[in-house]
Amino acid sequence: MMNRIFLFLILGTIGVFAASAIEVANPEKALNVSAIVMFLIFVGGTLGITYWAAKRTKSAKDFYTAGGGITGFQNGMAIAGDYMSAASFLGISGLVYYKGYDGLIYSIGFLVGWPVILFLIAEPLRNLGKYTFADVASYRLRQTPIRSLAASGSIATVILYLIAQMVGSGKLIQLLFGLQYEIAVIIVGVLMILYVTFGGMLATTWVQIIKAFLLLSGATFMAVAVMAHYNFNFGELFSHATELKGIEIMSPGGLVSDPVSAISLAVALMLGTAGLPHILMRFFTVSDAKEARKSVFYATGFIGYFYILTFIIGFGAIVLVFQNPQYLDMAKQAVDGGYPILGGNNMAAIHLSHAVGGDFFLGFISAVAFATILAVVSGLTLAGASAISHDLYASVIKKGKVDGITEMKVSKVATVILGIVAIIMGIAFENQNIAFVVGLAFAIAASANFPILFLSMYWSKLTTRGAVVGGSIGLATAVILVILGPIVWVDILGNATAIFPYKYPALFSVMSAFISIWFFSITDKSHDAKAEREAYEAQYIRSQTGIGAEGASEH
Amino acid sequence: MKKEMVEQIKANPHYQELLAKRTGFSIKLSIAMLTVYCIFILTIAFYPEVLGTPLAAGSVTTVGIPVGIGVIIFAFILTGIYTKRANGEFDDLNNKVKQSLKED
Repeated sequence: MMNRIFLFLILGTIGVFAASAIEVANPEKALNVSAIVMFLIFVGGTLGITYWAAKRTKSAKDFYTAGGGITGFQNGMAIAGDYMSAASFLGISGLVYYKGYDGLIYSIGFLVGWPVILFLIAEPLRNLGKYTFADVASYRLRQTPIRSLAASGSIATVILYLIAQMVGSGKLIQLLFGLQYEIAVIIVGVLMILYVTFGGMLATTWVQIIKAFLLLSGATFMAVAVMAHYNFNFGELFSHATELKGIEIMSPGGLVSDPVSAISLAVALMLGTAGLPHILMRFFTVSDAKEARKSVFYATGFIGYFYILTFIIGFGAIVLVFQNPQYLDMAKQAVDGGYPILGGNNMAAIHLSHAVGGDFFLGFISAVAFATILAVVSGLTLAGASAISHDLYASVIKKGKVDGITEMKVSKVATVILGIVAIIMGIAFENQNIAFVVGLAFAIAASANFPILFLSMYWSKLTTRGAVVGGSIGLATAVILVILGPIVWVDILGNATAIFPYKYPALFSVMSAFISIWFFSITDKSHDAKAEREAYEAQYIRSQTGIGAEGASEH
Repeated sequence: MKKEMVEQIKANPHYQELLAKRTGFSIKLSIAMLTVYCIFILTIAFYPEVLGTPLAAGSVTTVGIPVGIGVIIFAFILTGIYTKRANGEFDDLNNKVKQSLKED
């Protein structure tokens, strides 16, 4: 029965894809045949993996954590894959192309959270949790309120991130493949539902690994091709780039203009990374703490390498794409002047792939960009579905009295619902300014998820009241400050000046979360609070040694 | 975990050694990472021209390029150092703790 549904959905998707590809008669966007063929190969291969994974996904543990059998190297690659989204590949190389050095500042901010995750979070997380980070936060606190809050934080982060990915994917695919926006969004949504519902974490992980490999290979090829132009001499590349764009691309520009913004952005990127549910969930897919540590080591290596590549790619685009009449948006140039490229700065890497490797390589990079989106939305959806089924359904509604199979079914239903929500939001937000969305996702992860996770691991005096009140204040502060800040209040709502002057609220919202968690915990004199504080010692021993954890993760 | 077991583990010398060594090491490495990153980001905020200085007279490559790449490599090396020590020395100590529990 399941196989038949699966086959039906595959044929349906390919049918829609093929039909819509043929339908495109829009002369402005040429149909990219090599891109579509390569993408279909990717989809065929990953659906094959999903079919294989579906047969191995029998229990809730299989579904949420791929049975815990992923190796450190594989998981490192998958974590890197989660992090190397199309937005970071195209966005950061586009930022380097546009502003030079500022792009590097941004990517460093995204990277430096990883060592801290390894030193402070990874091991206790693994030793205390089973499937989600809420397992850890609620370990000695009251299940219902803590899980509800942690699940809200997770779902909010996931949905915001999903919106950004869906809108980005629709536009990118429209541009690259010549497909209609809505169809592109639907294809992404349907494929993601297929991967996650049938193949669970095992399929999601392998889709992520394959994509990470393809993306790293493609980016390496581009960077090497650029450097080969300059006999592998960075000085020559930079001096040619500065002749075209001016010397200021070699130094920090206006990205982080004042100290408060600089620190606030740093806080959001660093602590936000440690609060992203789809990243935290990956630590449960490996067999033990050894492999968990190795995963962060490999992930940091892959991500760092990738950011160095995007830096070279951005400069490569300056010398090979900027002012190249082939990639100029003539219509836009006629109005605004300058050298605008087709599709905007974020397409710099895509044009560069054509400049160094012709139509065939452009097709490859386009297909990889599409694959990247699919892999990232799958990981996000799985994390969101786990928060719904494991935290809300199994723990809050059923109070833990539910078997694994039912929980897994609920998770699959949640996946389908999240997929549909993502498609609807993707279409609804097509023409909205969504620049604030990823920033808000990081701000919520840093101000709600991270403080309760971190303090539940390391602060003995934390109580349920403190965590719930403080976590909620952190979440609300992040949301309100983003709304009152310059991006939403001025750029979107059209007011003259922002009530809250900074683009990044994390510094303030994280502080308010920590302070209120502290205050509402130490003033909590209830009987429960006393028991919660007394339970810390046993929790701490387990978090540090893993004693007691082996049994918990086996069933 | 029962109360007696908590007391027993807390009294275990291997456990005490593990905690003392690993906690100290994690904190030291975290501080190293945070310090390097804070110096980098505060330099950008207060003295951006420092990173914009050319590496050598007449060169377009600025100090900021090797410094930025250096921060990335530094982060990677720190994770390597931690993983190596934790997967060796700390895991051995941890196993000794578990072993002595079984023996009792």
